[in-house]
Amino acid sequence: MEMVNRPYASAFEAYAVQHPEVLCLSADLTSSCEIDGFRDRHPDQFLSLGMAEQNMLSFAGGLGLAGFRPFIHSFGVFLYRRPYDQLMASIAYPRRKVRLMGFLPGVTTPGGMTHQAIEDISVMRTIPNMTVLEAGDATEVESIVAEADTVDGPVYCRILRGSVPRLFDTPLRIGQMRVLAEGDDVLVVTAGIATEEAMRARAALDAAGVAVRHLHLNTLKPFDAAQIVEHAASVRHGVVTLENHLVAGGIGSMVAEALAEAGLARKLVRLGLQDTYAHGGSRPYLMRYYGLDALSLVHAVERVTGQETGITEEALGAVRVDAVHSAVKAEAL
Amino acid sequence: MRNAPRSEDIALAIRRRVFEHTMRNNGGYLSQACSAAEQLAFLYNEALTLGPSTMPMIPPPFGGVPSAQNPDYVTGAGYNGPAAPEYDRLFIAPAHYALVAYACLIEVGRMAPEGLEMFNQDGSSVEMIGAEHSPGMEVHNGTLGIGLSTAAGLAWGRKRRGEPGEVCVFMSDGEVQEGQTWEAVQAAAHHEIGNLWALMDVNRQQCDGAMDDVMKVGDIATKLRNFGAVVAEVDAHDLNALRQARATPHDGQPLIILAHSSPTKGMDFLMRRFPRLHYVRFKTAQERDEMNIAIAQELGIDPIVLEDH
Repeated sequence: MEMVNRPYASAFEAYAVQHPEVLCLSADLTSSCEIDGFRDRHPDQFLSLGMAEQNMLSFAGGLGLAGFRPFIHSFGVFLYRRPYDQLMASIAYPRRKVRLMGFLPGVTTPGGMTHQAIEDISVMRTIPNMTVLEAGDATEVESIVAEADTVDGPVYCRILRGSVPRLFDTPLRIGQMRVLAEGDDVLVVTAGIATEEAMRARAALDAAGVAVRHLHLNTLKPFDAAQIVEHAASVRHGVVTLENHLVAGGIGSMVAEALAEAGLARKLVRLGLQDTYAHGGSRPYLMRYYGLDALSLVHAVERVTGQETGITEEALGAVRVDAVHSAVKAEAL
Repeated sequence: MRNAPRSEDIALAIRRRVFEHTMRNNGGYLSQACSAAEQLAFLYNEALTLGPSTMPMIPPPFGGVPSAQNPDYVTGAGYNGPAAPEYDRLFIAPAHYALVAYACLIEVGRMAPEGLEMFNQDGSSVEMIGAEHSPGMEVHNGTLGIGLSTAAGLAWGRKRRGEPGEVCVFMSDGEVQEGQTWEAVQAAAHHEIGNLWALMDVNRQQCDGAMDDVMKVGDIATKLRNFGAVVAEVDAHDLNALRQARATPHDGQPLIILAHSSPTKGMDFLMRRFPRLHYVRFKTAQERDEMNIAIAQELGIDPIVLEDH
């Protein structure tokens, strides 16, 4: 698997220099959000707003009022927890074209509770006028920049940084989920880094004779409930969701709502953080500890089908591209 | 040709109109008219460069909130004129001053008196806490402290575009209890946003009562200067002083005028309620009648004819 180094940095710079109404805003996490090179090369398009997120969000609302399209860069968690009121009043309500670039979603940061955006999807998707996107690989990180900037209103994006695997060869398009496999036993719905885990599990499940239908979501709001229901109706056993987020309010909830509203009865197992905070640690450790990894997904599929697959951790390890994981070092702040 | 209206006369008319409204509605933000009448009259009648209103004299009903499904949505900013490069922009940061701001719009000929009859009526855009679709409003400022930040962003953008129009925020002193206000001042100073200025009604009152009892804020002027603003301090009821303060040089830095006001100016009878001034309501019919007679006399008008209540 190809690993791409800092896909956001190059994609943002290439896009922003072509669009003078785009402004690059940072709140003291400039190199952590891969925009340090942009700051150095394009200082006129860069605004440092310091560690003051409440002001930054309202200020960005004012820039939007002046006809600019600010890209706000910070860790996802800092874009909505402290400045939630400003997000509502200065950005979401008036539909300012502000692009909220949330780095280090979920357990991709070792920073523990204060740094881990584990309820950002849940919060953002309930905000009227908000669009919510999540990148799952390098191609989606690269294409999310221009795609987010097409939104007529505010948009929140979960961004991956550093060394990111390339899973897809077509760009992210808002509202277009990816159908990665069309099996008819179990529907698996994932987004973000969970998709890579599910692709590993899928290979082992295929070998064990379980046919998985796998959907990758990059657009979490608007949510294509009808298509989810259609896919859920086409599998024999049931549905598993896996997300780098609390299951409450996230993809697990969205799928449950979609099935319930359609009156479609399917067994549903929701993997993700189960009404718990996480703590600080490496991404592989946290994914294992909180049940967000390929092995957890295999066990969930077994619960849905009621059949043991016999897949072991060793078997999953065999389908892993080890070079990928050894290349991903623990995330630093 | 008629003489240009004097801001002093507009201020008196604002007090009279807000008083009449408060009496008729059995309560209202009366003290804010006392403290801010000269300031709003000064802004609309002299200090701001505004084009003619683009909105109907009688405000349209509530037209829905902004959404992709509501393409006809407009804010109330049109009452301050078009958002053209040469014109100034005004944010009323303490949105509960809306009643006073609406009264001012009427007195400067931007809204019909009938507009105030719609105040706080269901389905009306003339809301009690000014919303961005309310006459004269452009952004939501109902949560205090966000106005100056938004104005700083707008001003930065206008400066970048080379627009001559400036951005003004009418503020209240209670807002300095909010941390965001200080974040906004430091950002405006850091980015040298000199086309931003604010007029702050320093009446030393807030919802719970006197600010000194609720949360002391110390010397606001010194604090603002230390955060990088140019500060002028004036008597809020002295229009000449306001004019001079507005002319304070503030090259490349935001100017904040602290307008020290009396929360009972022109209606001394209200001192009986001190420090319960944030929203004046009447406990008894007798209290209402007493206030009606006493304040009408202070304002030089007949007592307001009240319906039975």
